[in-house]
Parts: sequence; C-alpha cells; structure tokens
Amino acid sequence: MTSLLKKDRLETALPDKKPLYSSAEARAEAERCLYCVDAPCIKACPTEIDIPTFIKKIATGNTRGAASTIFDQNLLGYSCARVCPVEVLCVGDCVYNGWGRDPINIGRLQRFATETAVDHPAKNAAPLRTPKPKIGKKVACIGAGPASLAFAGYLALEGFDADVFEKRSVAGGLNTTGIAPYKLQAEDALHEVAWVESFGVQVKTGIEIGKDIKAEDLVRDYEAVFLGVGLGEDTKLGIPGEDGPSLTRDDAKSLGRVLVIGGGNTAIDVARECAGLGAADVAMVYRRSQKEMSGYAHELEGARLEGVRFVENAVPHSFVRDAGGKLVALRVSKAEGGKPIAGTEHDIPCDLVTLAIGQSKLRSLATQFAGVELDAKGCVKADRETGKTGNPKVYAGGDCINGGKEVVNAVADGRNAARDVLAKLSKGS
Amino acid sequence: MADLSIDFAGIKSPNPFWLASAPPANTGEQVMRAFDAGWGGAVWKTLGDPIVNVSSRFGSVDYDGRKMMGLNNIELITDRPLEVNLAEIRLVKKRYPKHVIIASLMTETKEDWRVLIQKCEDAGVDGLELNFGCPHGMCERGMGSSVGQEPKLLEEITRWTKEFAKTPVLVKLTPNTGDILEPGLAGVAGGADGLSLINTIKSIVGVDLDRLVPVPRVGSGSSNGGYCGPAVKPIALHMVAALARDAGVRIPISGIGGISNWRDAAEFIALGSTSVQVCTAVMHYGYRIVEDMIEGLSNYLDEQGMKSVNELRGRAVPGYREWGDLDLNYKLLAKIDPDKCIGCQLCMTACHDGAHQCIFPGSDAERARPPHAHAHGNAVRPKTYLAGKLAGDRVPWIDEPECVGCNLCQLVCPVPDCIEMVEVPHTGKEETWNDRVAQGRTKQPGGIHD
Ligand SMILES: Cc1cc2nc3c(=O)[nH]c(=O)nc-3n(C[C@H](O)[C@H](O)[C@H](O)COP(=O)(O)OP(=O)(O)OC[C@H]3O[C@@H](n4cnc5c(N)ncnc54)[C@H](O)[C@@H]3O)c2cc1C
Ligand SMILES: Cc1cc2nc3c(=O)[nH]c(=O)nc-3n(C[C@H](O)[C@H](O)[C@H](O)COP(=O)(O)O)c2cc1C
Ligand code: SF4
Ligand code: SF4
Repeated sequence: MTSLLKKDRLETALPDKKPLYSSAEARAEAERCLYCVDAPCIKACPTEIDIPTFIKKIATGNTRGAASTIFDQNLLGYSCARVCPVEVLCVGDCVYNGWGRDPINIGRLQRFATETAVDHPAKNAAPLRTPKPKIGKKVACIGAGPASLAFAGYLALEGFDADVFEKRSVAGGLNTTGIAPYKLQAEDALHEVAWVESFGVQVKTGIEIGKDIKAEDLVRDYEAVFLGVGLGEDTKLGIPGEDGPSLTRDDAKSLGRVLVIGGGNTAIDVARECAGLGAADVAMVYRRSQKEMSGYAHELEGARLEGVRFVENAVPHSFVRDAGGKLVALRVSKAEGGKPIAGTEHDIPCDLVTLAIGQSKLRSLATQFAGVELDAKGCVKADRETGKTGNPKVYAGGDCINGGKEVVNAVADGRNAARDVLAKLSKGS
Repeated sequence: MADLSIDFAGIKSPNPFWLASAPPANTGEQVMRAFDAGWGGAVWKTLGDPIVNVSSRFGSVDYDGRKMMGLNNIELITDRPLEVNLAEIRLVKKRYPKHVIIASLMTETKEDWRVLIQKCEDAGVDGLELNFGCPHGMCERGMGSSVGQEPKLLEEITRWTKEFAKTPVLVKLTPNTGDILEPGLAGVAGGADGLSLINTIKSIVGVDLDRLVPVPRVGSGSSNGGYCGPAVKPIALHMVAALARDAGVRIPISGIGGISNWRDAAEFIALGSTSVQVCTAVMHYGYRIVEDMIEGLSNYLDEQGMKSVNELRGRAVPGYREWGDLDLNYKLLAKIDPDKCIGCQLCMTACHDGAHQCIFPGSDAERARPPHAHAHGNAVRPKTYLAGKLAGDRVPWIDEPECVGCNLCQLVCPVPDCIEMVEVPHTGKEETWNDRVAQGRTKQPGGIHD
C-alpha cells in the first residue's frame, strides 16, 4: 500500500523530532523509572497501558515482553508512542514532575519497545500476537482510521473475520493523512496498518459506505458494524477570495511568507511544519489572544522556539489577490473577544495562507443506520464505555463520537467496543 | 584540619589511604601518580614468580544503571619479572621517602620466602603483606586462599616469614572461610604485626546467556573468580569488626573491601581499622577519588571535634552487641512527610508484600485488616492525615498500631528524608532477650507444643 504514496512528498523533508532510542539509551532511561504502584501515568493514559511494567521489562532486556504489555491494552501502541501528546497524558502525570525532576520519556520508551519488537524481533522470537482459529463470525468497520483498526485488530485476534471499508485509496485515517510528519510519516502509519492486516484483517480501500455499499446491507451481512468514520471536510472561512490557486501547499517547494489561521494543535502542527521546511516567515493568526489558543502549551512553546510568530486578536476579512489571481495578502480586522471591530481592516502580506480551523462533522452516514442518532454538536451518540449506539448491532468510536480528540482515544474506543462484542459472544447472545 | 597521619605497627603513613595490592599498584609509574594524587601508601601488586594471565579477566554486576556495583576477576599475581618490580620500588622509595610501600608476597617453600623477603627489603619496602587470600588460580597451586583457609598452615608460613623479616609483616586474610577469627588468630599466633582484610570472595559473576558459558569468558570456558567492590563492603565490615573486638587480636588492621569514598573509610576505621586499602573504586574512577577521601574524612573529624583520625579508630566497636543483648522495648514508628511525598506508593507495596501490611492509600479512610496480621480489627486513617502539596491524596497513611518499625518503607522511599522513623517514648525499662533467659521467661504463646 505504501506504493500509493508519492515518492517526493514534501513531508519526507521533515526529520523525526523524537527518533528511535538505541537499546543502550532505552535501558538507561528505563532504569530511571521508580516502578510506582497504582501509577498515575497509567491513569493518565486513555488506554491504561501498564506503563511501569513495560518500562521495567525494557530495563531487564525483555523488549518483546514490554511490547506485549503495551499491545494488551493498545494494539496501535506503535503509532501512539509517536503521536500522543504525552506531555499532557502519561508523562505529565509522572511523579518526578512534582519533585522537580525530569519525568520519564514514556513515549520514546514505548516507541523503542513496539518498534524493536515488531520490526527487529530477536532470532526465533515467537510472534507477538497469533490470531485464534476462525470462529465463523464477521464484523465490519467503516473507515480505516485508528478506531476501526483497533476494533478490527482485537477481534481478528479472537478469530473473527474483520472487514474494514475505507473510502480513500490509503488506509490509516489521519495517522496517514493528518499527523505532523516530524512525529509520524505516512509510510510508518501504513506499516502499522500492514501489521494489523497480518492478523487477518481485510482492509478494502476505495469503498465508500453509503455510496458503494448501503448501510443496511452491512447490518444485514455482519454480526456487528463499527463506525469509525472520523470527522468530515476541513472547515472553510467563507470569505471573499478564499477559493484561488494558492490555497494548496502541495507544490510548495520553496515556501515564502506563510500565515496559518487557527489556534489549535493542527494550526501549530502546520506552522511548525512550515518552519521546518524553511519558510521565510511563519505566523499564526488567531482571533483571540495567544493565551486563549486551544493548542497545548508545550506545542506552542515548541513553535515559538522554531521562530513561529503570533498575530493575536485578528479576524480574516478577505484574501487579497493580484490581477493574475495570485495571493498577495490577507486582509484582517482587529478583534475584541474574537469579534471583528469594523473599520480596523489592514493587510498582512503573504504568499500562502493555510486554514486549520477544524473539521466539519460527517452527519449523513451515521443516520443511515436505523436507531443511530447524532447529538446537538453532530457527534454520533454512543456509550463512552462500550461504544454502543441506539442500534444493537452498531458501535461507534473515535473522532466521530468525541468531536475530535487524539489517536489514543480512538484506539481506546475501538478496543472497548471489541471487548463488548466479545463479552456478548461469551454470554452467548 | 584534623591530623590524618597514622602509625601502622611502626609504619608511618601521611594518611590512612593505601592502594590495595591489585592493578592500580602494578607499576612504579602508577604508584608515583597515585602518590601525587594524595594516596598515603601502596601495597604493591603481589610479587612472586611471574605468572601468565588469560583474557578476558573481569566481570561485573551493574545495578539499575550504575556500573560495577561488584567486580569479579580471574587475574593472578604480577606477570612482570621480580627484578623489574624491585627496581621500580627502589626508585619510588627514593622519590617518595615519606610514602608507604608494602610488598605483597606469594610463594611456596620456606627458602622461596626467605629470598623474596630479603630482596624486597633490600629494595627498601616499609613492610610485607602475605597474600593468603587469592581465591582463584593461585589456590589451585597450593597458594593464596588455600593457605588462608588452613589456619595451621597460615600460622606456620607466617612464622617462617617473621624469622626472615626485618620490617612489619601483615597477613592478608581471605573471607572464604566459616569464621574469620580462625585465620586471624592463627596469624597472630604466627607472630604477624598486622592483618589486612578482606581479599576477594570466591564467585561466579554471571553467565553469558547467548553462549551459555559463565563470565568472564575465556574462549569456551570460564573459572570462578574473586568478588570485590561496593557490593562486598558489608561482608568486609563484619569481618573487620569481628577481629577488632576479639581480645586475642591486638594488632592493627588494614580494612579492605568496597571502599569508594571517605564515608566507607570512616566506617572501616570506626570499626577498628588503622589503614584502609582500595582497589575497585580506583579501577573504576582513577586515583583522583582520594582527594575527596582526604577532604571528607578531615572535615568529618573536625565536625566531630576529633583532632586525629586515631580518635575515630574503633569507636563503633562497642556499639556492636550480640542480638540477645538488644533492648526489646525500644520502638520506632514510620512517619511520612506529606509535603515531600511524590505519591509513588512504593512504601505501600513494600509494606504490604514485604513487611506488615499497614500502609494504605490516602484515598481510603478505613481498611479491613488482613486476617493474619496483628491484634486489631479495622485500620482507621489517623485524624492527623494531611493530603500532600505534591501528591494530594496519593500520600499514603500508616496504621500506626500495626507498624513494627522495621523501616523497610524508609529504605524504599526514593525521596530523601520523606519517611522518618520516630522513637516511641520508652515505656518502662530496657529489657533484652538475655535478661529474659536469665529470668526463665523465654516462652512466647503459640509455640510448637501449644
Ligand atoms: C492535522 C491533524 C493533526 C493531528 N495530530 C494528532 C497528534 O499529533 N496526535 C494525536 O494523538 N492525534 C492527532 N490528531 C487527531 C487524530 O488524528 C484523530 O483523533 C484520530 O485519527 C481519530 O481516529 P478515527 O479512527 O476516529 O478517525 P480518522 O483517523 O479520521 O479515520 C476515519 C477514516 O474513515 C474514513 N471514512 C469516512 N467516511 C467513510 C465512509 N463513508 N466510508 C468509508 N470510509 C470512510 C476516512 O476516510 C478516514 O480514513 C490530529 C488530527 C489532525 C486533523
Ligand atoms: C583485578 C584484581 C586483581 C587483584 N590482585 C590481587 C593481588 O595480586 N594480590 C592481592 O593481595 N589482592 C589482589 N586483589 C584483591 C584486592 O587487593 C582487594 O583485596 C579486593 O579487591 C577488595 O578491595 P576492593 O573492594 O576495594 O576492590 C585483586 C583484585 C582485583 C580486582
Ligand atoms: S515511598 Fe515515599 S514518596 Fe513514595 S508514596 Fe511512600 S512516602 Fe511517598
Ligand atoms: S516501618 Fe515496616 S511495618 Fe512500619 S510502616 Fe514501614 S514497612 Fe510497614
């Protein structure tokens, strides 16, 4: 599937910000772990990986065992290790923080364990996971993002036939198409998909449910259906001049002055990527003050260190283009409390504007399933513990139920739904 | 600044810090650099007929990221010709007349000992140390620890050497024996002027799990080695103390085994050593460690109001008692400082699985006691419980009536001074097990015949 990726994608120019530890580095870091009891880091992990246990296993040289501990709780521990905002999850709750000492680099240790055990297993090592014999039951997933892959992967290991339908030509969801490349590149995301496929999961790309296959057909043909469709299209500003040739960064080989609109984590990712690619100047334009930006403090700090500027209290008014349609500036209004002040419009010269103001909700598909409902915000209504929707055969998880969180939340949802399917099975219903 | 100079059986040394007979005291060039760094003396790498060594020679035990907590070696005595060693000793003594050079010796026949001693004394050594300790290689040839383990033989060879020696004779003991007093007293009976201990402990330091051969590996095989370094310090301290308090041993002791800093040295001296010798710590970090040893010991003596290191010698010896003479009514209680606690809860699991099941999570107000524990029913969180500044209600609480004061929790707590063992006011008077024996009150309820 990696052959579907273009060779000279811009992202390949961005180096890994947290490269794989050598085994000596991993061991030295692992040996710092105090091996807390009922550890706070475990509670801070949405998938509740037994972190001190896997770290101690790294310290003893039992890397395969460490990976196994991780996969027990999080089948996508490989990508999570690289994309999780650990500073606000496990690492943020390490007891060393309170003591004023450096917390343990849990993410990098998790990457070491999973990547080493999966990609460089010891000679004659038993496979990390072997699927049980087929039990003759079928489940379907819509979307091949992290939520679906976790659901399908765990059930395939239990002997289910798991089919995953993905409308795009590549699987992996936002892990493949959205995550900042200095964390995880598309190849690595697809490598993880291939690992999940090795348990017998069938990923079928280029099939859009609701269009190519009807919702009710899935419900009829499968034991259970999992909705892991994520969010919809990127939101647009809807202001004059928005639709023009300069709005894509696909062919941007040499970036000039870049403006990134938004104050969330995606906006920061984009700003940092542009800075990393050598843009002449990168500024984030946000309608409120910098303090009110929803991005993580550690990410904002990283952006600042990489030279990203902040334009606060500014609301885009229109795109200014020359006679040939080429973008020359963004016209903005000064803002108070996020609202534009009339008469304060002025131009910020630029060569590229990128939008990172959220994704819309995919409302239409979910409601094609009888009994499945949306909440007021457009999220699929599902039980937070089990992923159960109003239709007993339909589960949902990931961004489509939480409105957009992290990969690890999507994995937790997929896993929990899989566990509910298994629980039902063992009850014989 | 306190006076660090010592007199060891007539051998005067500027300070008590000597290099042990081992690789750091192999050559004249090394010993001179060590003296420049501040070492007061050196026991030369054991002299005798030169041997052949193997490769590799060392293995180590690392612990949680720290290297060489224990070191094991299968090296033999010097592999250099005697005349080369003697020429260097002569030169060092000429350049460093105030520093101590002791020749460590190992050989077989009485005549060998006579010639070896004479040659060394002609070279100007201040004293002799008989290596009856090497537990590998040499013992297979009837030397080293094979002598140290036979008190009669040890006594006889010591007596031979005293016939020939004009300088003080130290006997270096092996710890590979049931009771250290036996070889120690045999040395005294043979006329030794001092005792050095410990030499290394017979050991296999590990196994190469890929090749399934013990380490250190020499081709397809290995051999037992001698263990030393920080890990052996407690064993050495115990043996030094046993000799220091025995009325039959009234000769000076040179303490060896795991000494890495001034604190270790001070402990050996407080338990009766006159000088101390160091090998592993120098092999690990170099001669430079002596700077802190000198400074630290001197500062410590000043702070204790002692003018000379001689005032420290043996001061902890009377503090050693037989178990039966310890006070059974002395009680300690663990106390957690809630504001220092980081909430790791290691104390809790240690107490639950390894002690007396009396530390509980802060979030629990009350816990049912496990049935096998001591007297009372439910454990109730003390009214004084305070959540911590750092850890909130992850600060555990201690069920005080159940705490036996073992101090395991304090030992596992990673935060310095976070758990304190506080004295419970003494009720009544001191009472020892031996008091009870004397009064015929040794029976506890629930015995074998109850
Ligand atoms: C730019 C960006 C950066 C991010 N960075 C991070 C980060 O650093 N760390 C982190 O933890 N999280 C990050 N996230 C969030 C994370 O990517 C998501 O939370 C996560 O991918 C959600 O997984 P999911 O499986 O719910 O949905 P998705 O990953 O969105 O996958 C849904 C899939 O369903 C497919 N699909 C939709 N409808 C249909 C249909 N009808 N038929 C078939 N297929 C369909 C889609 O094509 C898509 O492949 C980021 C998100 C974005 C947008
Ligand atoms: C590599 C090595 C070689 C040694 N060689 C000798 C020796 O030749 N003669 C001797 O008496 N002791 C020898 N020893 C023992 C040391 O002198 C010393 O008694 C022992 O290492 C304990 O001290 P330490 O814990 O400071 O290392 C040797 C030790 C080591 C590690
Ligand atoms: S071991 Fe120390 S820091 Fe950890 S919970 Fe116990 S008292 Fe607190
Ligand atoms: S001193 Fe021993 S018994 Fe008391 S709380 Fe600590 S570990 Fe438990």
